[in-house]
Amino acid sequence: MEILVCIKQVPGTTKVEVDPVTGVLKRDGVDSKMNPYDLYAIETALRIREQRGGRVSVITMGPPQASVVIKEAYMMGVDDGILLSDRRFAGSDVLATSYTLSQGIKKVSNPDLIICGKQTTDGDTAQVGPEIAEYLGIPHVANVRKILEIKDSSIVVEMDMPETVEIAEIKYPCLITVEKDIFQPRLPSFKKKLETRDREVKMFTLQDFEDRDEKSYGLNGSPTKVERIFPPEVNNDRRMLKGNPEELRNKITVKLKELRFI
Amino acid sequence: EDEVVKVDKSKWKGIAVYVDHVEGDIHPVTFELIGKARELADKVNHPVYCLFMGHDIGHRAEELLHYGVDEVFVYDNEMLKDFRIEPYTAVFEDFVNRVKPSVILVGATTIGRSLAPRVAARFKTGLTADCTVLDIKENTDLVQIRPAFGGNIMAQIVTPNNRPQMATVRYKVMTAPERKAEASGRIIHCSIEENRLKSNINVLSVTKKQKEHGISEAEIIVAAGRGIKSEKDMAMIYELADVLGAEVACTRPLIEAGWLDSKRQIGLSGRTVRPKLIITCGISGAVQFTAGMNNSEYIIAINKDEKAPIFKVAHYGIVGDIYEIIPGLIENIKRVKEA
Ligand SMILES: Cc1cc2nc3c(=O)[nH]c(=O)nc-3n(C[C@H](O)[C@H](O)[C@@H](O)COP(=O)(O)OP(=O)(O)OC[C@H]3O[C@@H](n4cnc5c(N)ncnc54)[C@H](O)[C@@H]3O)c2cc1C
Ligand SMILES: Cc1cc2nc3c(=O)[nH]c(=O)nc-3n(C[C@H](O)[C@H](O)[C@H](O)COP(=O)(O)OP(=O)(O)OC[C@H]3O[C@@H](n4cnc5c(N)ncnc54)[C@H](O)[C@@H]3O)c2cc1C
Repeated sequence: MEILVCIKQVPGTTKVEVDPVTGVLKRDGVDSKMNPYDLYAIETALRIREQRGGRVSVITMGPPQASVVIKEAYMMGVDDGILLSDRRFAGSDVLATSYTLSQGIKKVSNPDLIICGKQTTDGDTAQVGPEIAEYLGIPHVANVRKILEIKDSSIVVEMDMPETVEIAEIKYPCLITVEKDIFQPRLPSFKKKLETRDREVKMFTLQDFEDRDEKSYGLNGSPTKVERIFPPEVNNDRRMLKGNPEELRNKITVKLKELRFI
Repeated sequence: EDEVVKVDKSKWKGIAVYVDHVEGDIHPVTFELIGKARELADKVNHPVYCLFMGHDIGHRAEELLHYGVDEVFVYDNEMLKDFRIEPYTAVFEDFVNRVKPSVILVGATTIGRSLAPRVAARFKTGLTADCTVLDIKENTDLVQIRPAFGGNIMAQIVTPNNRPQMATVRYKVMTAPERKAEASGRIIHCSIEENRLKSNINVLSVTKKQKEHGISEAEIIVAAGRGIKSEKDMAMIYELADVLGAEVACTRPLIEAGWLDSKRQIGLSGRTVRPKLIITCGISGAVQFTAGMNNSEYIIAINKDEKAPIFKVAHYGIVGDIYEIIPGLIENIKRVKEA
């Protein structure tokens, strides 16, 4: 069975700041890590491989440094890694990112199952998985919280819906996005680190794709434009009260009465 | 870039809302979006549309006409009984091609978050996730503001050269309009060739979860944070909630400690709430927490540290020790209620 996991490198912290003058994100000096939600996707793939055999590959689109997250995936036990990197991919929104990934996927493999994380910690849209599935013309199921059965030509999963729990069987090829906690992700192992030290990361650029039209990628291929970035506003309409506990609880009581909550 | 073909925006008219539902039970985010759609539509003189697909839903469509919709497009087909991505996307595609709406709003529910991106990719257009503010320019460009980086920054996003423009909005971010006694607008029944409704997904079972008293729907919430020293002290939180008829919620550390069910977590990785009143008890007010509650109508915060960031979002900030305030407060409330 061929399983492909999509992983993304994200800033190590979400405490980013906006430069008040330029309105640009201050990203320098922040280190990077693998999107934490993608660890669950990798773990899910490795568990399926343990049960059914086959290969697990990871794919990421990002700058050359993003190969670090592929190395990390190797340390968890992943077999292959693909990096899609080209200056012309820069500035991609969800549509351009999904398109680029789908072009990369078509180029390298024919996975039975693609697994994505639930969302990222930076862009945070949870949209990339479904859009990849659309570009590949395969079905997808989001919010998978359990894998119930892995059959020869389909997978049975449990999904967490707002008011129901749904069990569905999906034929391969298909894409799923998995919930956090579907499985506890294993830690990267030192032994695997040594074993995979020389394992290559396959790299592809726009030139390698079926669609080589620059307009489909990066900023050009992105219908959404970020006009402005700013810190969240704070509510200035507020009152602070200090005093002894008795006074304070009486004031809260009066307020609750005034607002008709009691 | 010079050869970019400009989209003809005048060919795309109307603000459409996807009607989110499970077996015909319309999710309340739908009405909130209709309210927003009406407001946007009035600014540019566009109609408001609803797209309602499913099975055996015809009679439910009527309800939408009490909220200021011009036209409800109903696709009723047995193959649309369960939410499955391929047929739902096919119907959405049919609707968009037929109506050519300028803007499509989708609730950021489990279904909406799965369906909207699929449709956006099919039309190769932009989709802005989890918008908290929406406005529209004279040229019909939708101005979309959303949090990213875990709520630490806000981004204003536009889709200047593609139609339809798509956005998802979480439940309880917008305000639902009042239901009008009179119905207005009309229902249009649509059909689609069955061969477009095929799916490689087979829904084997749908089990209703136990109806629990959720925090998403609650009008009053008492929220506990790490100011609570031990699990047994939660008793005073439950009692305060009890006398107020409130639901109990909490911050993530209390979930991690296993003191409450994870469904009671407020925040970015928990639930968004928008009660009429929330009382936070010993909560510092990290942005990941406030992102899930700062739209509450009235916020009372109790914290002994006057520098705690929760006081930046609170309407009524009480600097004090919860252990000294809450037990007496419970007594006060009981007395008021008895009087
Ligand atoms: C402040 C801000 C707001 C933004 N808002 C929007 C917006 O509303 N709409 C929009 O279209 N774009 C938006 N973007 C751009 C968008 O976030 C990213 O550029 C896009 O590349 C990935 O989307 P995501 O991070 O939300 O991924 P998600 O959709 O949250 O990621 C889900 C899963 O997809 C896979 N995945 C995601 N990215 C990659 C990758 N590069 N390589 C491999 N796998 C990947 C992973 O499995 C991941 O777990 C925004 C960017 C910023 C900085
Ligand atoms: C990606 C990410 C997602 C996250 N998602 C969420 C989320 O969804 N929800 C969430 O809640 N958190 C989330 N967090 C965690 C968040 O950053 C904070 O750590 C958390 O909200 C803090 O919880 P707290 O306020 O209960 O605890 P603390 O920050 O420890 O605050 C305790 C407060 O209680 C006060 N206090 C102590 N004793 C008393 C007393 N006797 N009387 C009065 N006041 C007292 C203290 O002054 C302090 O301000 C997330 C973090 C990350 C990185």
